[in-house]
Amino acid sequence: MTSEAHIRLVGDDLDERSLALRRLVVRGLDGGKRGHLGSAFSLIEILRVLYDDILRFDAKQPRWADRDRCILSKGHGCLALYAILADKGFFPAEELDRFCRFDGMLGGHPERAKVPGVEASTGALGHGLSIGLGQALAMRLQKRDSRVVVLMGDGEINEGSVWEAAMSAGKHRLSNLVAMVDYNKLQSYDRTAVVQDLEPLTDKWRAFGFAVHEVDGHDVDQLRRVLSSLPFEGDKPSAIICHTVKGRGIAEAEGNPTWHHKSKISDDEVAAMYAELD
Amino acid sequence: MRKTSLDSVYEMARHDPRVVFIGSDLGAGTLDTFKEEMPERFFMEGVTEQNIIGMAAGLAMEGFIPYVNTIATFITRRCFEQVAVDLCLHNLPVRLIGNGGGLVYAPLGPTHLAVEDIAIMRSLPNMTVVAPVDKEEMARFVPQTLDMPGPVYIRLAKGGDPIVSRAENGFEIGKAIEMRAPGDILLIATGVMTNRALDAAAALEAAGGLNCGVLHMHTVKPLDETAVLDLAGKVKGIVTLEEHTLVGGLGSAVNDLLGDRLGRDAPPVLRLGIPDRFPDKYGTQDDLLGYYGLQPDAIANSVREFASRHLG
Repeated sequence: MTSEAHIRLVGDDLDERSLALRRLVVRGLDGGKRGHLGSAFSLIEILRVLYDDILRFDAKQPRWADRDRCILSKGHGCLALYAILADKGFFPAEELDRFCRFDGMLGGHPERAKVPGVEASTGALGHGLSIGLGQALAMRLQKRDSRVVVLMGDGEINEGSVWEAAMSAGKHRLSNLVAMVDYNKLQSYDRTAVVQDLEPLTDKWRAFGFAVHEVDGHDVDQLRRVLSSLPFEGDKPSAIICHTVKGRGIAEAEGNPTWHHKSKISDDEVAAMYAELD
Repeated sequence: MRKTSLDSVYEMARHDPRVVFIGSDLGAGTLDTFKEEMPERFFMEGVTEQNIIGMAAGLAMEGFIPYVNTIATFITRRCFEQVAVDLCLHNLPVRLIGNGGGLVYAPLGPTHLAVEDIAIMRSLPNMTVVAPVDKEEMARFVPQTLDMPGPVYIRLAKGGDPIVSRAENGFEIGKAIEMRAPGDILLIATGVMTNRALDAAAALEAAGGLNCGVLHMHTVKPLDETAVLDLAGKVKGIVTLEEHTLVGGLGSAVNDLLGDRLGRDAPPVLRLGIPDRFPDKYGTQDDLLGYYGLQPDAIANSVREFASRHLG
């Protein structure tokens, strides 16, 4: 339950892989001329480390029974998930060009029935942890060693249903369940500290029966180290508070609530984003 | 009826390892035998309706068949979004068993009544909605839910309801049962209103002249359209009966069907149910059914008046 957070905010360089994944997000934004850019960019390193180093999966068999399950409960961050799933070959990157379009596969929130690799249809907030709880219980009943990771937003955990699920997860001592919070400190309207203060956030998860770590959610090495040590305690679910920056990678978007969601994105804006992520 | 449904779940669980039970905070002793014999598949998660629906969805995604049980209004109204998104959008085989559908919890007041449960459940794609008439029908019905692909809402009545279903009629989800052959008027009822409909039909016949059929629409969704349309062509009027608001329940479903398919050729319809306002009385379920004109004598009077207007 140690805290490893040495919180770095803007200014650190992103490596080529992080930039490339962000360019895929921009490709989706360009395809749909809209999207939750800020919410996606705070998630990139979390998803990158999960899919590069931690999760067990087979892109050619998305429903392989022994895979680890990863639910993006903050469904509005789906462009980041689509980017990593495309990168891993779950579907062709060309699908990003049809993001949010009438006949596209990739909607503004992810759907299990449509997108290979998407575990749950999310977007209505506060659903993922309960679904993950059910999957983790199923893994236990089926004696599988698969893990279930649920990625939530900080605004999302305003929802009471999240804490209902947390109570149950703690009760069941589900060490195969991992709750991750993308704590970018900004919800749609304003800072979380203003809209609905979450602090003391680590204490909250601990009080609900989780073993908790805090990390810099953009520090790939730190994420890798912490995620490699799961479960943090053998008989408890794990929670990871990921300190992130909303819009990370685009200077104007970083920490800027007006970049939570953008629509009518122009070609010039897209070109500027590509230039900044080059 | 509740005991019968839960006993059926227990029997299925004994024979099928996919079956799990999830309760909220049910009465002490509920399904003790299940808990004792199959503790790993028995979950009592506390007063967390939103959570237990999502949890059931997660289990169902992995091949389990969860039966979820709590009070009807809390398993429908409280967690409506979870039912819509987690169960119906994903089209998962989760069964919701709602205790005390309709006016059963009369003494507890409007927070505990479930008088719009059918309307809100039937508004959701993929959902099946069933309200059996008695415990024997419940016993025939519940085992049939085992291998249904999508979600099912099971509306329970009070318990101790008169047995009017008959084994020889069988039971098939989505297939209405003609309990009494139609005469001039057809009564279409769901849940325990079917026993009131039968009593009303018998009283009308005994009083002389008016012959009413009774169609038991245990499955409100998918509605047995064939049965309704076939019989609609043979009668001079249809009366629907439901222990439910008149907004969006059985009567609405029947009316929509007749309007869409038969238009001006549809027989006249009278819908009997609960008016569009919150109940303002307590007492018993029977008291409230009487208050709303849904006991056999009042039904018979309404039907007689309806018939006199339309049969000339």
